[in-house]
Amino acid sequence: MSYIGHLIKSFTLFELLKGLSITGRRLFSPKVTIQYPEEKTPISPRFRGHHALRRYPNGEERCIACKLCEAACPALAITIELEERDDGSRRTTQYDIDMFKCIYCGFCEEACPVDAIVETRIFEYHFEKQGENIMTKEKLLAFGDKYEESIALDRVADAPYR
Amino acid sequence: MDTLTAIWGSVPEFLQTFIIILLKIVAILLPLILAVAYTTYAERKVIGYMQVRLGPNRVGPKGWLQPIADVVKLMFKEVIVPSQANRFVFLLAPVIALAPAFVAWSVIPFSNTMILADINVGLLFILAITSLDVFGIILAGWASNSKYAILSAMRAGAQVVSYEIAMGFALVGVLMFAGSLNLNEIVKAQSGGITQWFAWPLFGLLVVFFIAGVAETNRAPFDVAEGESEIVAGFHVEYSGMAFALFFLGEYANMLMVSVIAAILFCGGWLSPFEGVDWLINLPYVGVLFGHGVHWLLLKTAFFIFLYLWFRATFPRYRYDQIMRLGWKVLIPVTLVYIFAEGIYIGWKMWQASHGGGLT
Repeated sequence: MSYIGHLIKSFTLFELLKGLSITGRRLFSPKVTIQYPEEKTPISPRFRGHHALRRYPNGEERCIACKLCEAACPALAITIELEERDDGSRRTTQYDIDMFKCIYCGFCEEACPVDAIVETRIFEYHFEKQGENIMTKEKLLAFGDKYEESIALDRVADAPYR
Repeated sequence: MDTLTAIWGSVPEFLQTFIIILLKIVAILLPLILAVAYTTYAERKVIGYMQVRLGPNRVGPKGWLQPIADVVKLMFKEVIVPSQANRFVFLLAPVIALAPAFVAWSVIPFSNTMILADINVGLLFILAITSLDVFGIILAGWASNSKYAILSAMRAGAQVVSYEIAMGFALVGVLMFAGSLNLNEIVKAQSGGITQWFAWPLFGLLVVFFIAGVAETNRAPFDVAEGESEIVAGFHVEYSGMAFALFFLGEYANMLMVSVIAAILFCGGWLSPFEGVDWLINLPYVGVLFGHGVHWLLLKTAFFIFLYLWFRATFPRYRYDQIMRLGWKVLIPVTLVYIFAEGIYIGWKMWQASHGGGLT
C-alpha cells in the first residue's frame, strides 16, 4: 500500500510542486536586502571597529603604559614603549597597533584598567599605502579626539551590563 | 530610392537570395543574442527574488545594463590557453558548442510566415542539430588538459545521450497527433484555441520533454557537468574571456531553444489561446494582441524560461547515478507507455472513422 502511495506521490511530482510553491511564494515576499552605502544596519554599542586612545576631560591622555593590553593581545598586534615624565607620571612614548595583525577581539579594551584603548563603532576605513596599517599613538589619540562623543555615549549605553 | 532599387536590380539573382537570407539570419540572431543577455539578467533577478534578496540593481536603472557590463568585461578579459592543452581544439570547442545552438533556430516558425527555412523535417533537424552540442562540451573537456574538465565532459556526454532518447520519445507523441514533422504544420494542427493545445492530452509527455530538456541543456537540477562543489566548473574551468562567453551564450541559446520547442510542440507556438473568442479579437485597438502572432510565441517561451529559473532556484542537484536512474528507468518507460496508449487511442479513432460512427 505504501508502495502505491509512494508511486502516486512521485508520479504526481507532489514533493517537487511543494518545493516550487515555497520558492514561488518567496518570489513575492518583501526583500530583506540592505542597500549598503545608502542604508545601514543598526550597530551595537559593543561594536568592535577602529581603535582609539581616549583622554581625560582635562586633556591628559588616559593610557598609563601598564602594558596589560599588549599582554592580552592574542595577535601580538600592540607594541608599547614608555617613559617617566618629569611630574613622575608613567606615560607611553610609543603605542602602535598593527591593524593587519589585529583580529578585533576587543581583549585590549577589556584589559585596560583606565579605559584608554577602546574599539569604536567606526568600521569604514581603508589604507592606501604600505605602513599606513600601523596605527601610531598620535593617530589613535587624534581618532579618539575626533569621535570622543560617540565613544563616550557607547560606554554609557553599555555600562549597565558590565 | 530609385538608384537603390537600380543597384539592387543589377545584383545577380543568386547574390540577391544570398543577401536576403543573410539579412534574415541577422534578424534572428541579433534578437537571440540580446535575449540570451537578458535571460542571464532575468535569471539573477528571479533567483534573487526567490531567495528574498534583490539581485543586480546597480548598473543602470534597476540594473538593466548589467548584462551589457558583463559582456564588456568578458570581452576585455584575456583568453588563457592552459599549457599542454591542444590549442586548436581548445579554441574550436566553444565555437562547436555555440554553432548548433544557433543553427537550430533556422527552422523555428516565429509566425505563419516568419520562418527562415520551412523544411518538412524541421523536428528531426532540431533533434539532430541539438545533439551536436555535446561535441563542443566533450572537445572542451578533452582539450583543456584538466582532470576536472574531462570528468565533466564524460558526465555531460553520458547525460545528454541518455536524455536524448526520452526527449525523442516525447516528441514522437506529438508527431503522432500532428501527423507531420514540419514545425509550422505541428503548430497549425493545434489551431482552435487553448483547448486544442497538445499540452492537455500529452501533459505527461510535456513534463517528460521539459525534464529531458533541462537535463539536455545541463541546467540545475541536472548540472552535474558543472557541479562546482565537486569539479569546480566542469568543462569550462580552463576557459576565460570570450571563449567562456561563447559557452555561456550556447548554454542559454539552448535553454531558449528547448523553451521555444516546448511552446511550439505543446502550447500552439504563435497561435493565440483566444482563437474562437470573437468578441475579444474584434475589440478595437487591443484586439490585434489577442490574434495570432509572434508575441504569443515569445510569451509562451518566456513562461518556460521562467520554469527553468524557478527549477534552478528550488531543486538541489541530482547525484550522477540518480540522473541515470531517472533517465533510463523512469522517463523512457513512461514515454513508451504513453506512446502506446496514444497509439491505441489513435487506432481506435481511425477504426471508428472507417466504420462510420463506431460501435454504438
